[in-house]
Amino acid sequence: MIIGLTHYLTLGAILFTIGVAGIILNRKNIIVILMSVELILLSVNINLVAFSTNSGDLTGQVFALFILTVAAAEAAIGLAILVTYYRNRGSIAVEDINALKG
Amino acid sequence: MYGDAIFFWVFAATLVGSALAVILARNPVHSVLFLILSFAAAAGLFLLMGAEFLGMILVVVYVGAVAVLFLFVVMMLDVDFAELKQGFLQYLPIGALIALFVAFELGYVAVGWTRSTQAAAAASPAGAIANTAALGRVLYTQYFYFFQAAGMILLTAMIGAIVLTLRHRVGVKRQDIAIQVARNPASAVEVRKVPSRVGI
Amino acid sequence: MYDLIVFLPLLGFLVAGLFGRLIGARNSELVTTIPLGICAFLSWVAFFTVGFGHEEHAQVIPVANWFVSGKLAVDWALRFDTLTVVMLVVVTTVSFLVHVYSIGYMAEDSGRPRFFAYLSLFTFAMLMLVTADNLVQMFFGWEGVGLASYLLIGFWYDRPSANAAAIKAFIVNRIGDFGFALGIFLVFALTGSVTFDAVFGAAPGIAGKMIHAFGADFDALTITCLLLFMGAMGKSAQFLLHTWLPDAMEGPTPVSALIHAATMVTAGVFMVARMSPLFDLAPVALSVVTIVGATTAFFAATVGLVQNDIKRVIAYSTCSQLGYMFVGLGVGGYSLGIFHLFTHAFFKALLFLGAGSVIHAMHHEQDMRNMGGLRKDIPFTYWMMLIGTLALTGFGIPFTSIGFAGFVSKDAIVEAAYASQRPGAVYAFLCVVVAAGFTSFYSWRLIFMTFFGERRSLSHAHGADDHGHAATDDHAHDDHSHGHDHTPHESPQVMLIPLAVLALGAVVAGLAFRPLFIGGGFEGFWKGALFLAPDNHILEEMETAPWLVSLLPTLMMAGGFAVAYYMYIVRPDAPRALAEGNPILYRFLLNKWYFDEIYDFLFVRPAFWIGRLFWKGGDGFIIDGLGPDGVSARVIDVTRNVVRLQSGYIYHYAFAMLLGGAAFITWFLIGGIR
Repeated sequence: MIIGLTHYLTLGAILFTIGVAGIILNRKNIIVILMSVELILLSVNINLVAFSTNSGDLTGQVFALFILTVAAAEAAIGLAILVTYYRNRGSIAVEDINALKG
Repeated sequence: MYGDAIFFWVFAATLVGSALAVILARNPVHSVLFLILSFAAAAGLFLLMGAEFLGMILVVVYVGAVAVLFLFVVMMLDVDFAELKQGFLQYLPIGALIALFVAFELGYVAVGWTRSTQAAAAASPAGAIANTAALGRVLYTQYFYFFQAAGMILLTAMIGAIVLTLRHRVGVKRQDIAIQVARNPASAVEVRKVPSRVGI
Repeated sequence: MYDLIVFLPLLGFLVAGLFGRLIGARNSELVTTIPLGICAFLSWVAFFTVGFGHEEHAQVIPVANWFVSGKLAVDWALRFDTLTVVMLVVVTTVSFLVHVYSIGYMAEDSGRPRFFAYLSLFTFAMLMLVTADNLVQMFFGWEGVGLASYLLIGFWYDRPSANAAAIKAFIVNRIGDFGFALGIFLVFALTGSVTFDAVFGAAPGIAGKMIHAFGADFDALTITCLLLFMGAMGKSAQFLLHTWLPDAMEGPTPVSALIHAATMVTAGVFMVARMSPLFDLAPVALSVVTIVGATTAFFAATVGLVQNDIKRVIAYSTCSQLGYMFVGLGVGGYSLGIFHLFTHAFFKALLFLGAGSVIHAMHHEQDMRNMGGLRKDIPFTYWMMLIGTLALTGFGIPFTSIGFAGFVSKDAIVEAAYASQRPGAVYAFLCVVVAAGFTSFYSWRLIFMTFFGERRSLSHAHGADDHGHAATDDHAHDDHSHGHDHTPHESPQVMLIPLAVLALGAVVAGLAFRPLFIGGGFEGFWKGALFLAPDNHILEEMETAPWLVSLLPTLMMAGGFAVAYYMYIVRPDAPRALAEGNPILYRFLLNKWYFDEIYDFLFVRPAFWIGRLFWKGGDGFIIDGLGPDGVSARVIDVTRNVVRLQSGYIYHYAFAMLLGGAAFITWFLIGGIR
C-alpha cells in the first residue's frame, strides 16, 4: 500500500494522545510527566516533517529542528528543577506534590 | 514499495508500543529505556520520510543527550517502584475517554483535511541535493536569526540548569587564581635568623 | 395675651429640655415653674374675662397656617370659649401646683431637668388640646399628651416595669386614637371641614344621614360619635381600654397627680363635651357613653376595694370617677360632666400628692399593709388627705348645696342619671349608686390603713401575705440611701403648700361654682360652648328628682364609712377573714377581673406571634436570606466547591487544560473556523 500523508498524521495523533494520557493518568512520579512531554513534542515533529515532505517545503524540517533544540533545553531545565525539588522535599511522588493547593 | 510499507508499519508499531510502555512501565528506568526505543523508531520514520538529517539529530541529541540525562536523574533520585495506585483506576475511564476523544478529533482532521488554495505551490528542490545540504542552505540564510536565537536559548538553558543545581559544598578547597597571582614576596616569604643547633 | 398661656410652657420645655444639663437642675425647675405660674394666673384672668364677659361667640386667635391638601385646609388656631377657659384653669393650676410639689418630691433625683421639661411638654400639649380650633390640632395635642405620658411613666427608665408600663399606656392609648382618627376622617367626609365652627354649623344638616358600609345602613352621626368616643375611651381609661391606668402608677407620684388624675385622662371627657353639637344629635352614641361610663364606675370601684398599693387605690378611684363624668355627659348633662371634672381635679390631685407625701415620709414604701399610725407622725398630710377623702366620698349636707366639692358634683350626676329617660340611664343610676358606696369604703379603708392603728413592720407584712403582691412592690425599696431613720417625718414646705391650695379648692370649689355649671347661671356662663339639643332638658329635670334619690349618695357614703370603720378599726382581723372566706372573689377583684390576662391571651400573644413571624420568617428568612445573608452564604458555598478545583496536583490541572483544549477543538470543528 502507499503510505501517504494521512498515515503519518494519524500516527502523530496517536502519539500525541499517548503523551497526553501519560500526563493525566500518571500516578507515579514527575519524571514520567517529563517523558510524556517529550513524546508530545515527538508527535509534533512527526507531523511537521510529514507535511514538509509532502509539500516539498523545507520550512517544516527547519521548524522541527528548532523544536528539537527547545525540547532539549526544556528537558534540561525541567530535570534541574526536579532535582532541586527532590533535594528540598525529599520525594517526587505525584501525590506528595500539592503545594499549589488553594 | 512494499519495503516502504513494511518498514513504516514496523517502525510505527514500535513507536506506539514503546510510547505506551513509557507511561505504563512500573520501573522508571524501564520507562526511560522505552523512551529511547521510541526515539529510535521515530528516527527510522524520519529516514523513511527523507529527512535523514533530522533523524540523525534525533538519535544524537535526543537519545544521546536528553534521554541519557533522564537516566542520570532517575538513577540519582530515590525513585521507587510504583504500584498501580487506586486513583489510577478511578480516573482511567474519564481520562481515557477524553484522550480517545481528542485522538478521534485529531484523526478526523488528519483524514479529512484539504490543502488550502492559498498555500504556496510545492517547491521542487533544484537538483538532487542531499537533505543535510539543503537544510544548511536554508538554515544559515533564511532562518539565520532563529538559528542565533536557538543558540541563545541553549545558553540560557545551560546557565539555568547550573544555577538551579549548583551546591557549594562546605569545606572544599579551591584555588583562587587571582589571589595566587597577586602574591608578593612581602606576604609570601618571611626571613628568620635561625641559630645553629637550636632550630625554629 | 391668650397665646402666652399656651406657649409659655413650650418655652419652659425647650429651655429645660435642651439646656437642662447646662443650666443645672435648680434653674431648670425655676425656668419651667415660674412661666407656669404666670400661665395659671393668666388662665384665671381669662376664666373671668370669658366666663363673665359679654362675648357671645368663641374667640378664635389664628396662629399660623399648617397645611392645605385638596379640600382639607387645616390651620393652627386657638379657640377661647367657656369650655376652654374652664379646662385652662384646671390644667394650669394643677400643673403649676404639681411643678412646685415636684421641686420637693424629686429633690434627690438626678434627672430633674428632664422631668420638669417633660412636665412642661405635657402641659403645652394639653393646652394645645383644649385650645384647639379644629379636630386635627386637637389630635396633635391628644398625641402630644400621650407622648408626654409615655415619657413620664417611663421616667425611671432603668426599671423594666416602668418601661413596660409606659409602652402599655402608649399602645392602649393608640388603640383609642385609631378610633379617634377614623372619627376625624368621617367628620371630614361628612362635613368637608375639620374646623369646629364649620363642623358644628353643618351638624344639624347631617343629623339623619345614613352611611352604607359592610352591607348595612348606619346613622352617620352615630358612627362618627362612637368612633370619637373610642378615642375618649382610650385616653380616659374607660372599661375595656382601662388596663393602662393602674400600671401608669410606675411613674413618679407628681406625674400620677397631674396626668392620671386631673388632666390627661380628662381629655376624653373634654373632647365629648367639646363635640356636644355632634353628640347631642346622636342619642344612640350618648347611650353608649352612659353605659360604658357606668360600667367603668362600677368595675373600677370593685377592684379598688382590695388593692394594697396606696397609689393603685387612688388610680382605680380616678378610673371610677371618670366613669361618673361620662355618665354625666351621656345623659345629656355636659356641664355636669365638666363640673365633676373640675372638682375632681382638685381633690384627686390632692389625694395623689398627699399619697406622695406619705410615700416620701415612708421612704418610698407604697404598700399600705406596711403603714399604719401615721396620723401622729405626719399630721398635716393626714388632714389634707382627710379633706380630699371627704371631698371624694361626697360629704355634705343633703338637700342643700353645702358640702365638699365631690358632694356637689357627684350627687348632681346621680340625680341626673335618675332623671334621665334615655336608654341605659336606669343601669347607669344603679351603677353609680353602688359605686358611691364602694368609693366611700375604699377611700376610708385607705385612710384607716395608712393613718390609724399600729405601725405594721416590713417583715410582718411580707411574711404573712406574699401572694397578693400584684406586682408593684418591687418599686418600693429602691432608695435606702438616706441614713435609714425609720421615723416618718413631714414633707418639706414646698410639698405641703400645694396640698393646702388644693385642699382649699376641694372644699369650696363645689359650692362656689355650682351656679355656673348646674344652676341658673348656666346660660350666662357657657354661652353656647356646650350645645344642648332642643329636647335636652336634663338640667331642669334633675332638679325634680325625689328626695330619696338626693339622699341616696349620702346614705351610701355613710354606709361605706361605717363598714370601713368596722373592718379596719373595730375588728382589724375582719378583712383577712373575709378574704379567706371568699378566695375566688377576692382573687378575681385583686387581679382586676383578670383583664390583663385576657388581653394578654387574646391580643398580646398573637401580636407577638405575628411579630416574631415577620421578624424571623419574613425579615430574617426571606429578606435577609434572599438578600445579604443568603447571597453571602451562596457565595461561600460556591467558593467552597470551586476551591476543590485547586487541588495542587499538576495532573488535575493538565486534565483541565486537556478538557479546555478538547472543547476548543470541538467548537472549531463544529462551528468552523471563523
